Amino acid sequence: MSTADFPYLTVLVLAPAVGAAVIALVPRPAVPRRFFETAGAVVAVVTLAVAVAIAVEFKTGDAGFQMVSNNVWAKELGIQWSVGVDGISLFLLVMTALLFPLSMLGAPARRDPKSFVAWLLLMEAACLGSFVSLDLVLFFLFFELTLVPAYFLIAGWGFGRRGYAAIKFFIYTFAGSAFLLVGILAVAFLHQSQTGVLTFELPALMHTHLSGTEGVLLFLAFTAAFAVKAPIFPFHTWSPDAYAEAPTAAAVLLSAVMAKLGTYGIIRFDLNLFPQATRTLAPWLLTLAVIGILYGALVACAQRDLKRLLAYSSLAQIGFIVLGTFAIDSRGLTGGVLQMVNHGLIIATLFIVVGWIYERRGTWQVSGLRGLQSPAPVLAGAFTVGMMASIGLPGLNGFVGEFLVLIGTFETHRWWAVVATLGVIVAAVYLLWAYQQAFHGEPDEEDTRTRDLGWNEKLVIAPLIVLIVAIGVFPKPVLDRITPSVDRLIVHVDGATHTRVPADVLSGAAPVARPQPLAAAAPGASSVAAPTPASLRGAP
Amino acid sequence: MPTLVLAASSAAPVIHTPHVDYLSILPMLIMMGGALGLMVVSSMFRKVLGVGAGTLVATVVSAAALVAALFQWDEVATHGAKVTVAGAIAFDGFDVFIQITVAVALLLTALIGDGYLRREGVEGPEFHVLAMMSASGAMMMGAANDLIVIFLGLEIMSIALYVLAAFNHKRAESGEAALKYFVLGAFSSAVFVYGIALTYGAAGSTNLPQVADYLSKNVIASNGVLLAGLALLLVGFGFKIAAVPFHMWSPDVYQGSPSPITGFMAAVAKAGAFAALLRVFVSSFGTVRTDWQPMIWLLAILSLVLGAVVALLQKDVKRMMAYSSINHAGFMLLGVEAATAQGVSSSLYYLFTYMFLVIGSFAVITVMARDGDTGHQISDYRGLAQRQPVLALAFAVLLLGQAGAPFTTGFLAKFGVVGAVVATHAYVLAVVAMLSAAIAAFFYLRVAVTMFSPVGPAGDPVAGDAAGYGDGEATGSIGTVGPPVATDGAADDGGVADLRVLTDAPPATAVTERGAVPVPGLTTVALGLCTTFSVVFGIIPGPILDFAHQATLLFT
Repeated sequence: MSTADFPYLTVLVLAPAVGAAVIALVPRPAVPRRFFETAGAVVAVVTLAVAVAIAVEFKTGDAGFQMVSNNVWAKELGIQWSVGVDGISLFLLVMTALLFPLSMLGAPARRDPKSFVAWLLLMEAACLGSFVSLDLVLFFLFFELTLVPAYFLIAGWGFGRRGYAAIKFFIYTFAGSAFLLVGILAVAFLHQSQTGVLTFELPALMHTHLSGTEGVLLFLAFTAAFAVKAPIFPFHTWSPDAYAEAPTAAAVLLSAVMAKLGTYGIIRFDLNLFPQATRTLAPWLLTLAVIGILYGALVACAQRDLKRLLAYSSLAQIGFIVLGTFAIDSRGLTGGVLQMVNHGLIIATLFIVVGWIYERRGTWQVSGLRGLQSPAPVLAGAFTVGMMASIGLPGLNGFVGEFLVLIGTFETHRWWAVVATLGVIVAAVYLLWAYQQAFHGEPDEEDTRTRDLGWNEKLVIAPLIVLIVAIGVFPKPVLDRITPSVDRLIVHVDGATHTRVPADVLSGAAPVARPQPLAAAAPGASSVAAPTPASLRGAP
Repeated sequence: MPTLVLAASSAAPVIHTPHVDYLSILPMLIMMGGALGLMVVSSMFRKVLGVGAGTLVATVVSAAALVAALFQWDEVATHGAKVTVAGAIAFDGFDVFIQITVAVALLLTALIGDGYLRREGVEGPEFHVLAMMSASGAMMMGAANDLIVIFLGLEIMSIALYVLAAFNHKRAESGEAALKYFVLGAFSSAVFVYGIALTYGAAGSTNLPQVADYLSKNVIASNGVLLAGLALLLVGFGFKIAAVPFHMWSPDVYQGSPSPITGFMAAVAKAGAFAALLRVFVSSFGTVRTDWQPMIWLLAILSLVLGAVVALLQKDVKRMMAYSSINHAGFMLLGVEAATAQGVSSSLYYLFTYMFLVIGSFAVITVMARDGDTGHQISDYRGLAQRQPVLALAFAVLLLGQAGAPFTTGFLAKFGVVGAVVATHAYVLAVVAMLSAAIAAFFYLRVAVTMFSPVGPAGDPVAGDAAGYGDGEATGSIGTVGPPVATDGAADDGGVADLRVLTDAPPATAVTERGAVPVPGLTTVALGLCTTFSVVFGIIPGPILDFAHQATLLFT
C-alpha cells in the first residue's frame, strides 16, 4: 500500500510548525483583520485531518510502533529524526490535534491575534512532536520547545498575576528538565560504553544494562521532569497559578495536553528504559499519586475560584493516571492511557465553559454567580456533562478510565486502590457544590442577563460532548487499539524484572518479582488482559 | 635578504632564521597589515576619509582574512596539521577554526560599528584599526604553540581592547570602564607571565609540545612549582574569559564600553583566551589533568551559578549580558573540564555559535541605546514589538538562542558541552549547568516578554520589570478593552495603530517619547546574518557540527 510510506507523522508535526512560521512572517498591515485567526484555524484543522488519517491508517492489534520514519538529523551528536506511533500515543495525538482548533476558536485572543495564533501553532507542533518522538533527544527538544510558547502565552495574554505565574511555571518545569537532559545523556553514554554505538533511540536504549543504583538514579532524573510537568504531588505548586492566570486557550492546553506530556513521558520512557527501577519505586509513586488524589480533591473543596478548583481537580485526575501507570498491570495501565485522553477532553470542556462564563460575567468566583441554569441552559448542560464525566458517572468516559485504573491497582496494590476510591467521592462533593452555587438558586438581575451559548460556541463544545459520551458508552474501538501496546509494555517490564531476579534478591533493593508467566499477559487478543492470578497481589 | 648578506662575508657567524610558512600566519598578517595600513593612510588623509572608508577597509580586511583562513582549512584538510615557525605556531584545524571565528566576528563588528560611529559622531578610523589589531592578537592566541607567543597574542589583543573600551570619549563611563579594565587586565597579565615563568621552571620549556613531552616522560616528585604555574596561568585566562571569581571587571566594563565593542569583546576575547586555555591545558598539561580538573570544575560551577543568578537582578541590559556572558563562560569551561576531543570540539562549537548570538544581541543593544549610547534599561525595550516587530523578533531569536531554546544553535552548543561532561561521568557539573540554564533562560525571556508587552502608562516606574507585566491594574484594562473598541477607531489605520488601541492604549506622549529607533543598513545586514545563522544551523546542524568536529588539536 503506497499510503503506508507517506510520512504522516512528520507532516503532522511540520504542518503547525510551518503554519506558525508563515503567520509570524506575514506583516500585520498587509492582511484583513480576521486573517490570522482564520489562517490559524485552517492550519489546525488541516493538522486534525492528518491526525484522523493516522488514526484510520493505524493497524489495530499491532503492538509495535507504526508509521516509523527515521532520518539522520545531527550525525555528530547521534540525534535522529525518529518518529513513530503506537496505541499509547495514538489517541493523545488525535486529542491534541482536536483540542488546538477548538481552543483557538472557542477562546480567541483579546489582543494581538497574530502572535497568539503563531504561539499556539508552535505549541501544537511541539506537543505533537513530543508524542511521536522515538529519539530521546528529539523528545527532549520538543518537550522543551513547549515551554517557550506556553511562557509567552501566559505572560502576554494572561490575567492578574500572569508575570508571576509564567515565571513560576517556567522555572519549575525547566529545572525538572535539567535532570532529564543529564539522564538522557547518561543512558546514551552507558549504552555506548556497552555497545560502542552512540544513539538516543528508545528501541536501542531499552536494552541498556543498568545496575540497580544506576537504574534508580536515572529513573529519578527522568521522573523529576515528568513529575513537574504532569504535575504529580508535591511538584504541583506551579499549576494552580499557571492554570488560573493563563488565558483560557492556554489553560485548556496546559491542563489537557501539556500535562499529558509528563504522564506520557513516564509511561513511554520510565517504564521502557528502567523497568527494574519502576518496580522498585512503584510503591512510592503510587503513594504520591494517592496523596495527590486526596489532596487535590480536598483543596478543590476549599476553592471559591472556578479556575483554581479545576486546577486542583486536575491534580487529582492526574493522580489516577499515575496510579494506573504504576500499578504495572495491563488493565491499570490501559485505564491510565485512556484516562489521559479522557481527562484531556473533560478538562478542556470545563475550562472552555468556565472561560465563557468569565467572558459574560467577568468573574470566576463561585460567589458572584447564581442560578445560571435558567438564563443559560446549554452552557449549564455542557458544564454538567464535563462535571459528571469528571466525577466518573457511568456512561461517560471518565468512568471507564477510572474503573480500569482502580481494578488494575486493586489487583496489584490493593490498599492504594482502596484509599484512592475515596478521592472519587470527594470529587463529587466539590464539583456538585460548585455547580449548585453557580447554576442553581435564584438568579439576580445580572445573572438573568447572562447570555447562553451562541451557535459558534455550541459548535466548539459539541465535539467534546460527543466524544465524552461516545467513549463512555462504547470504549471498545479505543481500548482495542490501546491494549496491545500496553500489554507489550507490561510484558517488557515483567520480563526485565523477571530476568534479574537473582540480582534483586541478592541486593535486596527490589521487591520480589511477580512470579507471573510471561505468556499470561502476552497475547493481546482480548480488549482487557487476562485476569491476573490471585498470587500476584502482594507486591511490596 | 639576510642570507645574501651573510653569503658575501663567509667569515661572519651564520644566524639561522626559522623557516616561515607564511600560509600558517596569513590571516594574522592580513589583520595586522590592514591595521597598520589603515592607520598610516588615515593619518595622512585625515580630512578626505570619512567613517565609511574605515568600515570599508575593515570589512575587506576581515573578508580577506576569512578567505585566507579558508585556504588554511583546505591546506590542513589535505596535507595534515603541522608545527611551523620553529615550533612557535601550531597549524592545525583548531587554529584555523579560531582564525575563522575571529575573522567573522570582526566582519560583523565592523558592520555594526559603522552605524555607531556615525550616530555618536565619534570620528576616526582608529576604531577599526584597534579592532583589527585586537583581532590579530586573538588569532595569534589561537595559533600559538608556545607560552611566550600566547602572551604576545594576549597583550596585542588586550591593549587594543583597553583603548577600544574608552573609545567614546564623550561618555565618562567609557573612560572609567577602560581604566578598570586596564588595571585589572595588566595585573592579570603579570600573573600570567609569572605562571609562564613557574611552568618553565618546572618543565624546562615554554614550548607546549615540549612541556607535554617532558610531563609524559617524567614523574615530578614535588610538583609544587608546576601546580603554582598551572594555577597562575589559569588565573590569567580566568580574567580574560571572565570566569568567577575573576569576573569583577566584566559588568562595569561591559556597561561602560561602546556597545559594539562590548559584543566584540565578549566574542573575540573569549575566543582567543579559550583557544589558548584549551590548547595549554588539554594538549600540554593533559597528562596532569587530574591536578587541574578540580580547579576548572570549581571555576565552572561558580561561573554558571553566579552568572545566572546575578543576571536575574540586573535592570541594565548590558550588565545583564555581562553576567550572562559569565554564565556562558561557565558552559564553555565544561568542555575544558572534560578534557577530551569531544570536549574540545563542543567548546569550539559553543564559541563559534555564541559569537553570532552575542554580537547580534549587541547589535540590537547598540541601535536601541539611541543617541548617546544610554538607553540600556530593560524598560526601554517595552513595546518594541509594536514599533519594530522585525527588530524585536531578531532580538527574541538571539535571546532564545542564548537561553538554549530547541532548534537554535544555542541548544546544540549546550547539549554538546553537557554531553561532554556527562561522558566523563561529571554528573553534578552537568546538572548544575542545566539548572543554571533554567535560571538563565528566565532572564532572557523576561527581556523578550518585555519587548512583546504593550507600552504601559507613561512614567510607569516598574514598566519592564519582572513584576511590571504582572500588575493587576494594567491587565484589567486589557481584559475590559474588547473588540468593540477596536472596531471603533482603529479599523482604518490598520497595522500598528490598531494594535495600540486594542491593547491598553498608552497616552500619546509615551509613544512619541519612544518612537522607532533608526537601524542602519549595515547593522541590518549583520543582524540578519547572526539571526539567520542561529536559526538555520539550529535546524540543520550538520555542517557547523562537522566543522567543529574536524577542528581537532594537533596534540592531545
